[in-house]
Amino acid sequence: MAGIAASLTVRVQAEVFDTAAEISLLSAGRNDIGAVVSFSGLCRDEGGTLEALELEHYPGMAEAEIRRICAEAIRRFDLQGVTAIHRYGKIAPGAPIVLVVAASSHRQAAFDGASFIMDFLKTGAPFWKKEHRVDGGKGDWVSAKDADDSARDRWRQR
Amino acid sequence: MRTVDLVYFSWVRERIGRGEDRIELPETVKTAGDLIRHLKGLGDDYASALEHENVIRVAFDQEHVDHDEPIGGAREIALFPPMTGG
Repeated sequence: MAGIAASLTVRVQAEVFDTAAEISLLSAGRNDIGAVVSFSGLCRDEGGTLEALELEHYPGMAEAEIRRICAEAIRRFDLQGVTAIHRYGKIAPGAPIVLVVAASSHRQAAFDGASFIMDFLKTGAPFWKKEHRVDGGKGDWVSAKDADDSARDRWRQR
Repeated sequence: MRTVDLVYFSWVRERIGRGEDRIELPETVKTAGDLIRHLKGLGDDYASALEHENVIRVAFDQEHVDHDEPIGGAREIALFPPMTGG
């Protein structure tokens, strides 16, 4: 680990976040960071059929679980900083749902760290998406995907 | 017997018909899996919500646990479906 402790910011909020501002904030005032990777997850319109996603979360545990995942990523990839923000409530197509920013000395750790955090967040952070359809039809809860479990499990085999 | 707070999310919450319960834990209920089976005997709403036991995820005091985890001193037990955030 570098001389400066890794910074970790985790927020669970209804409000929209400013991706560019969060990326800048993570590296502000530091000259030891060589790579910053960000992932933004947005709400898709599913071919024009989706009016909005409604995200339910487990208050308290949602933030705690994301924090545990990010702390593990910081240890495993020797990251210098992580910012993770996840929204809840009703989210319209095109709007952001989640942001992960990972900073490290060199690019591979930042890429891997952001990917690791997203793979564990999708399967372990207590959020659930419900669809609201354009045609007013009764929306369904989004089903968990086996592919997401597989993506997470790949990290356990490395 | 002692009292625990239960919290439900997503379609588990919808099928049970409320977001939380406070229940007395019988001595025979020792693990997360025991609790799920116990709740299924309390009524049709619980039976419907918890029909597929293996799908139900459990957290004790806001940390994930497996179904064979002893309840121990947990105060808040959450039951919910697989997560779909991100």
